Amino acid sequence: MEIFGVPSALLGSQLLVGLINGSFYAVLSLGLAIIFGLLNIINFAHGAQYMMGAFIAWLALTKLNINYWVALIAAPMLVGLFGVILERTMLRKLYKLDHLYGLLLTFGLALIIEGIFRDQFGISGESYEVPEALAGGINLGFMFLPIYRAWVIVASLTVCFGTWYMIEKTRLGAYLRAGTENSQIVQALGINVPLLITFTYGYGVALAAFAGVLAAPIFQVNPLMGSNLIIVVFAVVVIGGMGSILGSIVTGIGLGLIEGLTRVFYPEASAVVVFVIMVIVLLLRPAGLFGKAA
Amino acid sequence: MTVKKLISVACTAALATLSAGAQAQISGGVVKIGVLTDLSGTYSDLAGSGAVLATKMAVEDFIAKEKPNFKIEVVSADHQNKADIASNKAREWFEREGVDTATELVTTSVALAVMKVAKEKERIALMSGPASTPITNEQCNDVTVHYTYDTYALANGTAKAVTKQGGRSWFFLTADYAFGQALEKDAAAVVTANGGKVLGSVRHPFPGSDFSSFLLKAQSSGAQVIGLANAGADTTNAIKQAAEFGITPTQSLAGLLMFITDIHSLGLRTTQGMYLTEGFYWDLNDETRAWSKRFFGVQKKMPTMVQAGQYSSVYHYLSAIKAVGTDDTKKVMAQMKKMPINDFFAKNGTIREDGRMVHDMYLMQVKKPSESKYPWDYYNVRQTIPAAEAFQPLSQSRCPLVKK
Amino acid sequence: MSTASQPTALIKTEVLYTGLFLLGLIAPFAIYPTFLMKLFCFALFASAFNLLLGFAGLLSFGHAAFLGTAGYVCGLMVRDVGVTPEIGILAGTVCAGLLGWVFGILAIRRTGIYFAMITLALAQMVYFVVLQIKATGGEDGLQGVPRGHLFGLIDLSDNIAMYYLVYAVFSVGFFIIYRTIHSPFGQILKAIRENEPRAISLGYDVNKFKLMAFVISASLAGLAGATKTLIFQLASLSDVHWHTSGEVVLMTLLGGLGTILGPAVGSATIVTLQNELADKVGSWVTVIMGTIFVVCVLAFRRGIVGEIQALIQRAGIR
Repeated sequence: MEIFGVPSALLGSQLLVGLINGSFYAVLSLGLAIIFGLLNIINFAHGAQYMMGAFIAWLALTKLNINYWVALIAAPMLVGLFGVILERTMLRKLYKLDHLYGLLLTFGLALIIEGIFRDQFGISGESYEVPEALAGGINLGFMFLPIYRAWVIVASLTVCFGTWYMIEKTRLGAYLRAGTENSQIVQALGINVPLLITFTYGYGVALAAFAGVLAAPIFQVNPLMGSNLIIVVFAVVVIGGMGSILGSIVTGIGLGLIEGLTRVFYPEASAVVVFVIMVIVLLLRPAGLFGKAA
Repeated sequence: MTVKKLISVACTAALATLSAGAQAQISGGVVKIGVLTDLSGTYSDLAGSGAVLATKMAVEDFIAKEKPNFKIEVVSADHQNKADIASNKAREWFEREGVDTATELVTTSVALAVMKVAKEKERIALMSGPASTPITNEQCNDVTVHYTYDTYALANGTAKAVTKQGGRSWFFLTADYAFGQALEKDAAAVVTANGGKVLGSVRHPFPGSDFSSFLLKAQSSGAQVIGLANAGADTTNAIKQAAEFGITPTQSLAGLLMFITDIHSLGLRTTQGMYLTEGFYWDLNDETRAWSKRFFGVQKKMPTMVQAGQYSSVYHYLSAIKAVGTDDTKKVMAQMKKMPINDFFAKNGTIREDGRMVHDMYLMQVKKPSESKYPWDYYNVRQTIPAAEAFQPLSQSRCPLVKK
Repeated sequence: MSTASQPTALIKTEVLYTGLFLLGLIAPFAIYPTFLMKLFCFALFASAFNLLLGFAGLLSFGHAAFLGTAGYVCGLMVRDVGVTPEIGILAGTVCAGLLGWVFGILAIRRTGIYFAMITLALAQMVYFVVLQIKATGGEDGLQGVPRGHLFGLIDLSDNIAMYYLVYAVFSVGFFIIYRTIHSPFGQILKAIRENEPRAISLGYDVNKFKLMAFVISASLAGLAGATKTLIFQLASLSDVHWHTSGEVVLMTLLGGLGTILGPAVGSATIVTLQNELADKVGSWVTVIMGTIFVVCVLAFRRGIVGEIQALIQRAGIR
């Protein structure tokens, strides 16, 4: 069977691959969206923190013999802690200023982090093997699906929707959402907003690191692995509507799929398709697909 | 840190040669070698501080062995892979600091920019790191030596050998920019010329990170060999993901531009069985081992062909100056082209009129993890490609300097 | 500051600018001209950027697109079409202006971070185009651009002649920025930056003003880029990469956001640092740049010129 001259098996497999990439975008853009929602800061260091997650997993395995599963929990916590420190010592000082300063600060931080890792580990990168339990693959008939990739989809969607549930349905989430709307009133109600903000930044950063650990067995772990990815994720967040939690998840997955389709029909354009969509969306809906009109 | 230490080593080396002598023919009384390399970016593992180290070693060895009657100094700078920084630095070196030769010059944009400055200032450019063939073709000039390798030699060697060994049908995974396309074109020509068939190609954006969709296309083409017409992180990611999707070992991969650093970072489990062409391997013979172990002692990494070639080119350059007794560009270049190169890096290497240094290349196959006996034991040498076959023949040259 | 002291302050500024201008005229005899030329290009680039961020409050994270596009257009015109350098520079500037107009239309609908992200994404599209089309030479860059003869007469391969051309270009560009800031148009921009709803209610077509500021800024960034291509006789991918967009933000921030001389001072500092650090610290260059960024944002938001101005003002009050 063929669809537009492309065998449906190939189409199916490309859509699946798109879904895998979409899951990565979703986790990363979710982290950005949460941070943006409460702190109004675009976290430019997100890519560097994603890279840190991957490197910590690699270091843990090679230097301390700590396996993947532990790293999957520990690395995000460590990087999240690092985020908490950044928030407490630096970002906190900027809240009264124009939000652009937050962007600039995190941009500087990204340069520092990437520079240090580059000096320590060189540029060629390191290899992280797929964990034993997830090695191999399943033959789906139309494609060979590595089990690890399937795991990536499951893990990231679980985390995404778990986060969404926490924000939409729990008390903590209610505080968060209220804090996003009007932090002064929430503060007046006796909730520790500064703590909430610190926690949020730490959690957003931890999500980046989580994506990093997920990515480690797939991509070569190298100091610049996040710096190109992050620009695409920015576009995803803009398309979804900044600050929208569900928007960032849905857009992330959706764009992964669209990118996958582009790779079938017009591979040369697959790197720009996200940006083209962004321009179109902004022309039609300036606030993004899920954003509230400004 | 190492760089700083090395500079001081070279300074003492330079001071040691203060011995009086006929220095009238040497401009400024000192031969100044500039190493312009990537110390912080994408190519810093391939060239970088290791290339600076190799230069120092060449100078030290030259002073110890040849006892020249001129002083030698080494300066180095990071071009950060930016052609304008490189061109600015080279100009400054030539105009104000009396640097006689700019060396290494990894990244083609940097190489092309610096060779133009060198021509303008009538100084020598010794290139070990850059890969592109235009350096000795359309853009060639008479002050440039392209020393270690080029894309033609690598793509040619690998594609020919793999096709001859039975990899008849090919599919290319190509980085979508001028360099990747040129690499694909060169390799495809070799494949067809040797009786193979190119089934198709897919162009991926540069830089890419996820290659699975492109690999799936390559897989569904049913080709025996997937040619990787890309470089650096693109190549390593593609290899890694090909293994993940079970494409290798059913179909085999051929890296058209790969270095030992790539194998080192990917590990043998992922790369085993791959073919690639190298201009140098540390474990070829006693001579290469002796030199490489000295290098390893400082750098804690085995040398790449770029770093070994850097040593050889600098040593050859200094020998030429000693032979003609001057650092005059024209005379030195003439001497460098006249003298054959015989050291641990090259046997009977010669520099052609287009500036191409031709020497034997080696077709390598990456060892299985079980075959690797000690650290950095990565290759089986499958074939020595003789100098005459390894590089683009002069008859095909598009360099105006070549008289036909 | 009392109104009475203003004329003297004005005279002081004029003396300062005249002095600086004369200094620029004799500088190539003391300092390496190629380095100075590069410095002036980035000073103009940063000043153009500052017009947008410092005076209209719009952070563009895609200004490298204008610098680079103009550079490539100028290089192609001079090398392949064979026009004289001044036509090449003009062509580059116009193209950058047109591109700025397109960017502007898309981006000015949003403000703040949204604006920054949109410009970044658009610039990324430009990067891919430059990387992929044949004419630009991909990763090899556009090489071997001849400097040519200005107006077909003056040979620019002479460094000193080239220097004075660059200096003239910079002075004109800088003067345009200076005039723009001090014109009624500049005042309206400031009003928009301070309080947009108010400006709208006063009957100003805010978007039109923003778009105009964007186009001027893009054109001048292009002017810098086109000139840069002639100096180095090449245009390369790093000119359009988003790192360059980040660098210009750093230069402006370090020198002093919204000050007239700040961007020039900031870019001079950064370019000198990059040049000096190149042979000394190796891989630590990016870490140092990042640290400067962080320190500027946290403790030094007024920048070099801003801090000096504040010092002078404090002294004046006392």
